[in-house]
Amino acid sequence: MEEEILVSGRMNQLIDPQLNIWHWQIPLYLFLGGMAAGILCIAALYFIRGRENDYRTAVRITPFLAPFLLVIGLLTLFIDLRHKLFFWQLYTNIRLQSPMSWGAWTLMVITPVSFIWCALHIRDIFPRWDWKFKWICDIETFFNKYKKALAWIMLIYGIILGIYTGILLSAFNARPLWNTSILGPLFLSSGLSAGAAATLILSKDKAERKQFARIDLVLIGIELFFIIHMFMGFLASTQVQIEAAKLFLGGPYTMSFWIFVVTMGMLIPALLEFMELGKFHIPAIVPAVLVIFGSLMLRFIIAYAGQISRWLY
Amino acid sequence: MRYAMAVDTRKCVGCSDCVVACQTENNVPHGFCREWVVETMNGTYPQLEIEIRSERCNHCINAPCVRCCPTGASHFADGGIVLVEHNKCIGCGACIASCPYDARYPHPEGYVDKCTFCIHRIKIGLAPACAAVCPTKCIYFGDLDDLNSDVSVVLKKRKSKTLIPEAGTKPQLYFLI
Repeated sequence: MEEEILVSGRMNQLIDPQLNIWHWQIPLYLFLGGMAAGILCIAALYFIRGRENDYRTAVRITPFLAPFLLVIGLLTLFIDLRHKLFFWQLYTNIRLQSPMSWGAWTLMVITPVSFIWCALHIRDIFPRWDWKFKWICDIETFFNKYKKALAWIMLIYGIILGIYTGILLSAFNARPLWNTSILGPLFLSSGLSAGAAATLILSKDKAERKQFARIDLVLIGIELFFIIHMFMGFLASTQVQIEAAKLFLGGPYTMSFWIFVVTMGMLIPALLEFMELGKFHIPAIVPAVLVIFGSLMLRFIIAYAGQISRWLY
Repeated sequence: MRYAMAVDTRKCVGCSDCVVACQTENNVPHGFCREWVVETMNGTYPQLEIEIRSERCNHCINAPCVRCCPTGASHFADGGIVLVEHNKCIGCGACIASCPYDARYPHPEGYVDKCTFCIHRIKIGLAPACAAVCPTKCIYFGDLDDLNSDVSVVLKKRKSKTLIPEAGTKPQLYFLI
């Protein structure tokens, strides 16, 4: 039997008795960033493939959410910083080994791109919109001319943004639960799924709704595959990762993870979408809201549970 | 130059003098500490084994905190000492989450703070405060590249271990066992 005590005492705030350095700001940002990435990727992909007219909502309307999501996300990131006035240091340094540096620079690109994309489609929401100044119209014509290039940038940076929200956590080997590279693809697919759900809510076109229910169904399948894979990896790994997996397999996060994320966020919406594709009529908003809720809970639970998981020490 | 520290777990009595000396020397804010003392009890009575360790930042060669810092505030100073440049630190907490030893803490002023091996003292030829004050002289400090330094000599003579070497951090805080 081994017993370990800190005889000198150590009660560093936010570190002891267990790590609690990141609160609601980080998981909320991971969700907002992931969803924005999903929305922008889908819009860019359908535009590049020339399906703009088939999926009007996904390409032209849903992206209007992205700048809001990104700006709120940036704000929560800023709130999270403890040395706020030095935030600009992020943009005077490029650190290739730091996922957070990658993220900061990715946001620097994709946030303006999402604004430009919305500006190009502003007439879909306000048909009588007038830019008033000629120079703004010139800029608009410029970007309209190179819209395809813009879509490619949006697609590539969208994927980086979606993956980085997971890699941000998986780069920390000190927290065994986070230390799995599957978090990158898992968060990307979860973000894409939330993005597809947003179109499902906003779309008024039946064919488009059907297509996005199908996309969502596939993405949920992929997510479930990643989750099973994640646990397989943990359970076949070292003791610290087995302990990390146990947080979800009988530990304190068991109920919240399997009920909120897997059942409510994946299985039920998958079932509803499956029924919708069949003969039943189900209001599209129900599975869509559940998917978005599950995506949010996934970030919260992973972010909080990861801070509990640690090396045997 | 490669600074390292060795703590003799057989000489350490766990008095925590090093902890207080560190707090005083470095003006550590109330309620926080850069170093701490751990007591490990092994076995069942009456076969008990005790190990006392004075712990702090491990000044790892492969430091995860330096790797994940988005601004380069966490960096390697001369001799491999891991330092935080306060005016570059944005207080994002990434380094705190990345440290398997939980050796860093958020300073109330916003930046992240940690053990510096008392770099201001080493520069003028003094030992770190913890080593200087230790009543049993169980903390050895020096340059590993210098084969005659205290730490090199004692590490050559005695068996030693590091904490969580399996985390791949290559820690430079040794414990003589």
